[in-house]
Amino acid sequence: MAFGITAWGAYIPRLRLERAAIASTHAWMAPSLKGLAQGRRAYCCWDEDVVTMAVEAARECLGRRDRAKVAEVDLASTTAPTADLQSSAIVAVALRLQRTVRALDFGGSQRAGVAALAAALQAARHPALVIGSERPRARPASTQEMQYGAGAAAFLVGAEDVAAEIIGSASSTTLLVDHFRAAGASYDYFWEERWIRDEGYLKIGVEAVRAALADARLSPADVSKFIFPSPSKGVADAIARAVGLPAGSIAEPLDQDGGFAGAAHSLLMLANVLDQASPGEVVVVAGFGQGSDVIVLRATDAVVSARPAHTVKEVLAAGITARSYAQMASFYDEITPEWGMRAERDTKTALTEQYRSSDQINGFVAGKCSSCGQVQFPQLAYCVNCRAPGSALAPVCLAEEEARVLTYTADMLTYHPSPPLYLGFAQFDVGARLLMEFVDVRPETFEVGTRLRMRFRIKERDDTRGFYRYFWKAAPT
Amino acid sequence: MATGIKDKVAIIGMGCSRFGERWDTGTDGLLAEAFDEALTDAGIERGQIEAAWAGSCFDRINVGNSAIPAATALRLDGIPVSRVENMCATGTEALRGAAYAVASGAVDIALAVGAEKLKDTGYGGLPVQTKGTFNDLWLPMGSAPAGFAQLAAGYRARHKVSKEDLKRAIGHVSWKSHQNGVHSPKAHLRKAVSMETILKAPMIAEPLGLFDCCGVSDGAAAAIVTTPEIARGLGKRDLVTLKAVQLSVSSGLESTTDQWDGSYVRNTRNAATKAYQEAGITRPRDQLSLIEVHDCFSITELVTMEDLFLSEEGRAVTDVLDGFYDRNGRLPCQVDGGLKCFGHPIGASGLRMMYEIYNQLLGRAGERQLAEVSLGLTHNLGGVPYLGVAAISILGLH
Repeated sequence: MAFGITAWGAYIPRLRLERAAIASTHAWMAPSLKGLAQGRRAYCCWDEDVVTMAVEAARECLGRRDRAKVAEVDLASTTAPTADLQSSAIVAVALRLQRTVRALDFGGSQRAGVAALAAALQAARHPALVIGSERPRARPASTQEMQYGAGAAAFLVGAEDVAAEIIGSASSTTLLVDHFRAAGASYDYFWEERWIRDEGYLKIGVEAVRAALADARLSPADVSKFIFPSPSKGVADAIARAVGLPAGSIAEPLDQDGGFAGAAHSLLMLANVLDQASPGEVVVVAGFGQGSDVIVLRATDAVVSARPAHTVKEVLAAGITARSYAQMASFYDEITPEWGMRAERDTKTALTEQYRSSDQINGFVAGKCSSCGQVQFPQLAYCVNCRAPGSALAPVCLAEEEARVLTYTADMLTYHPSPPLYLGFAQFDVGARLLMEFVDVRPETFEVGTRLRMRFRIKERDDTRGFYRYFWKAAPT
Repeated sequence: MATGIKDKVAIIGMGCSRFGERWDTGTDGLLAEAFDEALTDAGIERGQIEAAWAGSCFDRINVGNSAIPAATALRLDGIPVSRVENMCATGTEALRGAAYAVASGAVDIALAVGAEKLKDTGYGGLPVQTKGTFNDLWLPMGSAPAGFAQLAAGYRARHKVSKEDLKRAIGHVSWKSHQNGVHSPKAHLRKAVSMETILKAPMIAEPLGLFDCCGVSDGAAAAIVTTPEIARGLGKRDLVTLKAVQLSVSSGLESTTDQWDGSYVRNTRNAATKAYQEAGITRPRDQLSLIEVHDCFSITELVTMEDLFLSEEGRAVTDVLDGFYDRNGRLPCQVDGGLKCFGHPIGASGLRMMYEIYNQLLGRAGERQLAEVSLGLTHNLGGVPYLGVAAISILGLH
């Protein structure tokens, strides 16, 4: 029985910075960056991280599919917010997956994304959600600052309605250290690019691709699309030439409006390829780290109907050009602006309270009164409308419900890492109402009545203790 | 059937500290300043006070938690003293406690005092604080102006008012109060400000600019209450009595259901309805002589004119711009300059408003004195428009 990818979806933060703006900031000491100054790169807002992007990509992937069937959630990243607090568990609760779901975090190398997907596909055991998500950080004025982006891609794998079946794979493991990042360190340390290309990509990469094609009993000419991730230009072309893949099979690198997204990058490219794939096409997708993992997939007839509501192209096109390099630098903790005394507020989280209310807060679960029908958030001891006891409230998730702006303001006084703080009442079509933060606001078109969709974001950063807490915010549709 | 508080309690003495950036004194000094004036005004000894209610909102920057610091500051020895806190309604809440004690016959003379030391935080505006372990997990950490600024969006949508017209009307609210504040020796801000300055000021929370926000000040105010009979026995001739004291607190309807459209404050309407009933007022627009309302922000005062049933719904913009609530208008509002000029030391504000009404009723308001004053109203709004507490008191001559 065929096993493979049954659905996919991607998320890329909306913020974009012209690479020319980065280059000109550093022109005084790194004039050569100008050579990389094409297009825009994506970067995370202060309240986006590996977890929030993973949730958004997974929502896009899952669409209206039955989440109760998901038996496993795998999250691959090298930039997870915590070393010991499972990111995939936060994702599982935010998605309201079954309590019996198996959650796994993959990391340790940028190959983790493809490795996680390969593991789930080869296990062929149960429907699994595989997500790659990355928020890479780069030292100011480094080549990586120009090349890196951010994003997440999610894949549902299973045996029903397979859109791309796995037909081969290969792995290799070596100790080629093209770059590394010590535990707790902020930045990657890179060796010479020319060596990585000659000894890494063109030997290890080529070998692995050949082995995967052999496993799939295919010849290079059978390949329709070839995905090989690298922050450097021309790597995939060079491997394709060495292997003998057809001209025109090189997948779009997604660098012009996005940028390299580490462990998530192959998966983002794969999502983009599947968005456009025709039945029968053969897709080769590779990951690269201390060795390589390669998967060979063949698109089925279902590949067209399985497309997500928003393609990678559409997600990329939704970018907003940001105002300044300094904003990105602040969001990535490269600079610490003077925020004033209001920023001194302690944001310690009562973990007891967070656990008690994790359904409400992470799952965005409101209560619907069985007595009067009022949908309400938060859920307290009595119905807000008819005072029926809280036991009469049935769970209603608001995450996928639409709402509109009832009131709003732009708060310049309060401490907020991305001022002004837009906030106001979101009135849900199902009747619930609550005061929310608004994100991705375009001030010129934001008004009472603006339609809203929900986004999973960081609610508060406790930098004293290194703990992030998450909640839902509302964004214009 | 309850008969209400009307004419059961008389105010025999009031005091009010100078409001402002009181770098010179702490909360204890502010309390004493208001208390001494009230005691002198009442013509009684400290020992005649049988119970006290002390209001303060932020314990961390005041003298601390409980009533002990206030009892210590004022040397109130061995009598029941209670600390009350109900956000911006705190001062009125203190009076309510004292008034009910007197009206019940439990004590003959009681003290209500409120104070706040806002200028010991190191920054402008209200101190940043937690909303509780659960609410902090989901409520946006907006500032106080952001809570009230949303009324502007709601009001514009409901009454089809343009951004420009509403900005001009709320600008007039602040302009008028600054004009009035010039004549209040105890006010913090005593400068007239031009409409141009008001309209062009930096934005705090859209559409509220700097001058749409009240001052941030230290201050205290106090009232000594007893029954009208005892007041007469103490030799008081002109008696100011309570006609009504009412509170309304949110249960979550506005913020959780669709039973509120964002354009008004439900608590004010509830409290006003009950207060007018308690006081026997049927035509507030005609019967009230002056009002001191909670102008924490200019938009709040504007919608309050409708919520107190003084302007018809949707007509506040016109009434305000027509000068109906100006000093020389039909119903002067904030004749002392309001929170706008006094600032808003949370625990003191309700009592500070009553201090002005009390003095106006007794003809002791100096330069600010209005003609023919018989009935005055105070209004506080704590929390935010959609999740808060409204307090209304009505004072009149007996």
